[in-house]
Amino acid sequence: MSDFWSVYIIIITFAMMIGCLWLLYANARGTPGESTGHVWDDDLREFNNPLPRWWLNLFVLTVIFGAGYLAFYPGLGNLAGRLGWTSTKQMQTRLDELTAKRTAIYASLAGKDIPALARDPSAQSLGRAVFLGNCAGCHGTDARGAIGFPNLTDKDWLFGGEPEQLVETITHGRHGVMPPIGLGLTPEARQALVDFVPFWSDPKLDAAKREAGQKQFAVTCAACHGAEGKGNVALGAPNLSDDVWLFRGGREGVTETIMKGRQSTMPAHETILSTDEIRVVAAYVYGLSHATAAATPEDAENGEKAEKAEKQ
Amino acid sequence: MTVVWGIVGMLVGVWIAAELLWPQLNMDIPWLTYSRLRPLHTNAVIFAFGGSALFASSYWCVQRTSRAPLFLPWLAKFTFWGWNLVIVLAAITLPLGITQSKEYAELEWPIDILIAIVWVAYAVVFFGTIAKRTVSHIYVANWFFGAFILAVALLHIVNSAAIPVSLWKSYSAYSGATDAMVQWWYGHNAVGFFLTAGFLGMMYYFVPKQVGKPIYSYRLSIVHFWALIAVYMWAGPHHLHYTALPDWVQSLGMVFSLILLAPSWGGMINGMMTLSGAWHKLRDDPIVKFLIVSLSFYGMSTFEGPMMSIKTVNALSHYTDWGIGHVHSGALGWVAMISIGSMYALIPRAFGRPQMYSIPAINLHFWLSTVGTVLYITAMWSAGLMQGLMWRATEADGTLTYSFIESLKATHPFYAVRLAGGLVFFSGMLVMAWNVWRTLKTPSLQPMPNAAEVRA
Repeated sequence: MSDFWSVYIIIITFAMMIGCLWLLYANARGTPGESTGHVWDDDLREFNNPLPRWWLNLFVLTVIFGAGYLAFYPGLGNLAGRLGWTSTKQMQTRLDELTAKRTAIYASLAGKDIPALARDPSAQSLGRAVFLGNCAGCHGTDARGAIGFPNLTDKDWLFGGEPEQLVETITHGRHGVMPPIGLGLTPEARQALVDFVPFWSDPKLDAAKREAGQKQFAVTCAACHGAEGKGNVALGAPNLSDDVWLFRGGREGVTETIMKGRQSTMPAHETILSTDEIRVVAAYVYGLSHATAAATPEDAENGEKAEKAEKQ
Repeated sequence: MTVVWGIVGMLVGVWIAAELLWPQLNMDIPWLTYSRLRPLHTNAVIFAFGGSALFASSYWCVQRTSRAPLFLPWLAKFTFWGWNLVIVLAAITLPLGITQSKEYAELEWPIDILIAIVWVAYAVVFFGTIAKRTVSHIYVANWFFGAFILAVALLHIVNSAAIPVSLWKSYSAYSGATDAMVQWWYGHNAVGFFLTAGFLGMMYYFVPKQVGKPIYSYRLSIVHFWALIAVYMWAGPHHLHYTALPDWVQSLGMVFSLILLAPSWGGMINGMMTLSGAWHKLRDDPIVKFLIVSLSFYGMSTFEGPMMSIKTVNALSHYTDWGIGHVHSGALGWVAMISIGSMYALIPRAFGRPQMYSIPAINLHFWLSTVGTVLYITAMWSAGLMQGLMWRATEADGTLTYSFIESLKATHPFYAVRLAGGLVFFSGMLVMAWNVWRTLKTPSLQPMPNAAEVRA
């Protein structure tokens, strides 16, 4: 702001304040109970009562406070105010304080691997906070996902649930694509798939339909989803042989999927979160499906054993 | 039309309150989405309901207190038809998604031009009538009506300056922080002049008229009038605390918002103290109840406003439902209740009836309005405080304690209470509509004075 405008602002600010005080001074006196003698519309009259004293004092106090505030804080044009306060400085101070705290907290977690972090209650609460601020928008506050957004609390993983796979998913993001493969199929072939895929895990499925469906599946779908329909974590192709559905299951859902295709994106977080934050949030997610990860050291040990048993 | 638009505006309000509670109520129809109906609600209650009440009461008051008929009655008729055309156009364009995206100034440029023309016509009629007056002094209510008319013309024309690119699309003439500042200079003064000065004019006519006592202090009216209109112009920046707006502008906005407390209270004191010596009317006359309780809500909101403009308080209250609560304690408690009281006083007089058809119905309406307002604002205060505290809660490492969705879940019950408050207030308006209808159906006792000029 040029000096001219700065001076202009200082002048009109003071003119306003002094004007208010002058207005009060000029009108403070009056005679209680006396009428001004004006009459409008037959019966509208005015008393000439003085200004209520407490109200007048309140008015003067607010003006004095205002002048005082402007002496200490920026407001009068280019004058910075005695405290030299700016909103940028205030933010920077708070940010520096927080950065120092965070550095200390994360330093205590350095060197721990992700399963270990998943058993550490303090790392878990950090991870939960990062999760709520960054992930809950799509995956939900309970991490159970929604249509098109995977549930993170089960053992069913699109791109793998091992620690390094989780870190990779969060860091660089993922992109899953299902082509509208049904468009190029005959109605009979489509029907065979729709009669079979949604009911893969249902033992009551008619044997003829299962056979016809499996035959068509081998031709059309197995390249990505595998001959057994178990999916492929390298491509993010979901396991179709279980009863977990990323998009809607059932005949209608599967028809929509094969006719229109599906696209889903997990955004990359490397520019949003620090490496430390990615590690604690990965540990939080890891902990969600390794339920024994918490409470007592004993539990934690049992958990580890169970985990090993599972891997073998 | 005040009553009709009041009902329409508040019905839309109740509907969108219900949409916030049950989002599926928009039925996936774009015209019924919250984002489109919310500006329709604000425009309908402020400009259709409030505006019609202001037109009617100012035309009535200026003629009675100037002892002169309206200047250019045909132009006054034009303002009635023009203003209602604006309202109808708003009701069509806003649900279609045609908007300038400026709060309380959403209407696109062709409608803005129509508003400007109607408003200038309004000013000509009003000030023309003042010029023709046959009494020497200009009555205090007319100062406020006059300031409201002049300031709104200035605000509307400056803030709506835009470059059209097609019939229904334009871009603001300002950019960035300047645009935001112009918008909130407009926005806050729309509150200050449209919703405050105009309704103070109404108050200064109908309170002494209904109470039958002189106004408490002429001196107080001089001081608070000049201080109010001068200081309001500075208060806009408090809507932009902790934003890209330069710090010095924010400080000035906060300082003058605090100084605004006393001038605002001046009007409340002058209205309430007019009742001294006639306090029994507060028991006997439900119209006086409306007028005086509206002044209490006015005093409360104008205390709350300066407090919320303090930067540290604002850091908690901004963007929460506290703001919605504050607005509605002003909008329902002050603006709607002073208008309702004034209309109950004006309608029988304007149409030559001895009084409203049913006085007990006015009393019922009074209680419905008061209970509705209190339910609404307490729900929103609680919700706002809770949201502010949840949003700012952080863990030791600086991450947020709560996700946004958690604060939304916690707010849900308060939205139910708010809807209940809105429904109660709205039901009062239906009682009013019935009462007005029955009043107009009773045969008139005297020839209608000024009926041609007064449209309620």
